[in-house]
Amino acid sequence: MTLAIDTQNLTCRFGDFTAVDKINLKIKEGNIYGFLGPNGSGKSTTIRMLCGILTPTSGTGQVLGFDILQEQEEIKKHIGYMSQKFSLYADMTVRENLEFYAGMYSLTGQIKKERMQEMLHMANLEMKENSLTATLSGGIKQRLALGCAILHRPKMLFLDEPTGGVDPKSRRLFWEIIYNLAAQGTTILVTTHFMDEAEHCDAVGFIYAGKLVATGTTGELKASISGKLLSLKSEDSLALLAQIQQAEIPYEDAYIFGKDLHILMADKHLTRLQNWPYEIIAPTMEDVFVHYIKFQTKEVTK
Amino acid sequence: MIRLRALLVKEFIQMKRDNITLAMMVMMPIAQLLVFGFAINTDVKHLKTVVFDQSLSAESRDLLTGFTASEYFDIKYVVSSFEAVNQKIESGDAKVGIIIPPDLSANLKHSRATPIQVIVDASDSTSASSAIATAQSVGQLKSQELLLAQKGISASAASLYNIRIRAWYNQDFITAYYMVPGIMGIILTMTMVMIMAMAIVRERETGTLEQLIVTPLKTYELMIGKIIPYIIIGYMQATIALIVGIAVFNLPIRGSIGLLYGLTSFFIMASLTLGVLISSLAKTQMQAMQMSFFIFMPSILLSGFIFPRDAMPTLFYALGQLLPLTYYLEILRGIILKGNSITLLWGQIFALVIFIAATLGLAIKKFSKTLD
Repeated sequence: MTLAIDTQNLTCRFGDFTAVDKINLKIKEGNIYGFLGPNGSGKSTTIRMLCGILTPTSGTGQVLGFDILQEQEEIKKHIGYMSQKFSLYADMTVRENLEFYAGMYSLTGQIKKERMQEMLHMANLEMKENSLTATLSGGIKQRLALGCAILHRPKMLFLDEPTGGVDPKSRRLFWEIIYNLAAQGTTILVTTHFMDEAEHCDAVGFIYAGKLVATGTTGELKASISGKLLSLKSEDSLALLAQIQQAEIPYEDAYIFGKDLHILMADKHLTRLQNWPYEIIAPTMEDVFVHYIKFQTKEVTK
Repeated sequence: MIRLRALLVKEFIQMKRDNITLAMMVMMPIAQLLVFGFAINTDVKHLKTVVFDQSLSAESRDLLTGFTASEYFDIKYVVSSFEAVNQKIESGDAKVGIIIPPDLSANLKHSRATPIQVIVDASDSTSASSAIATAQSVGQLKSQELLLAQKGISASAASLYNIRIRAWYNQDFITAYYMVPGIMGIILTMTMVMIMAMAIVRERETGTLEQLIVTPLKTYELMIGKIIPYIIIGYMQATIALIVGIAVFNLPIRGSIGLLYGLTSFFIMASLTLGVLISSLAKTQMQAMQMSFFIFMPSILLSGFIFPRDAMPTLFYALGQLLPLTYYLEILRGIILKGNSITLLWGQIFALVIFIAATLGLAIKKFSKTLD
């Protein structure tokens, strides 16, 4: 299988600050790749380097086989990019925005007409063609921005926090469109800090403090956690946690989840929890993320 | 070409939707020309004058007639004490005070010089200098008249030096002739620099600039697409200013109007590139606006718009030479008032071309850096 994105020790420094630190990112063609990490961890900087609009300090990479240091112009023709800001012109209508971006990708005549119609249909905007963009809701703006980014049928699509400030129904509709695109062969790199959205992805990478700390399918990552995730029912989770701490039972992580207490614990210590009824549950991506971040932080502080 | 056309279409749509800005750009030349053209008059006449005449003689009346006949002094108050003179000037009721001593007639009979005190409120230097110059020449003229009368010589035979003054290019000292070309330059500076800077910074603020640079759009296409609509606006403003100048102020256009339009393009370009440079430095529209104002003040003060450049200290004279408006004003006044042909304006054109090349080079360099 060919790689749509392949980077080698990609690094970006701003002065003393290392925003992206020797990242080796490999994304298979046709995959939806989730790029997860807290704000300021280097997600956007990585995307900007991949789009050819930011020169890496060191390292290199290829996007769709084009070198990010040499062939930025080729890359720009074949990628789509959508940012959290939904970069639309608020004082122009839906149609005018689409026409403008069609022009940016040199689409003309029949093809332009067809693609614009297709986007209006996809974004469910046929009735709003002549509305000013400023008057649209967040969800519609999001779909229009996506439409503008994929008018030219890019083989690679970058989505930088595409679902911020959008209602859940629109989010689901948005993800349906993304699935369709992937099914048609588009490779998609999506950054998000909604951990539930990671479940939509074929593969996931965790980035923290500029480093890629873990990568794999969601299944692989969940399986990679050492120990078991336990759920303990309790009326007073905090008191329960205090009791466990008093008993000096070593655990990796503990947090309150609804009314329950979730504890991540190495297998060998499970027997010591017999006083408390617990059940073993499958970790969510959030658990996995927290686990890796803790692991990474320990390494950093060491 | 497809990309550039799409960009231009977009710019014009946005311009059309922004009615207020568009109206401002049309109204500004009209409003400013009317205000500056009618209100500003550097030749200050009819200053309110207070008189304390202690002589109350035929001679003192004659002298005062000399003052009023000059049209610079309007005798509004006649008082009978020094305190009253002070009070009128301090309160601002009068700008000038004339005090004639009691021994005027006696002194004149014995051909003795008499001090006539003229007090001028110099807190406003323009009117003060008019008053001082006129008062001095009134004194000299009147003295000459009296001396000649005593010696029985006719006035026409008296002047051995006959200085004949011809005020070229503006015989009647019409301030509007001088102001209208200046205001045209000022308006173009204000709109071109600020609107250009804001137009780019706004795209940066809303994130559309970031979106544009991930498309295949080239930096030069972006610059051209942004600049062309404002060149049109610039010409529109210049045309409005000229029409108002001709229709309202009877501004004579002595040189070639074609040359004027042609050379205006250099100034518009210079202002626009300055706007682009500002946009590459400013992060927000607020900053862009403040930086634009940072350019306006020296443009107004150092370009020769109101204050003559020849009187400036060397440093400020040199600073004025860095401003495109300085050269454009020379071009405008040269063509409009003096009827200059291009042969006399190569120096100014050359200066503007250098300015454009330097700012554009710097702006493009800075621009591609800020995208990083």
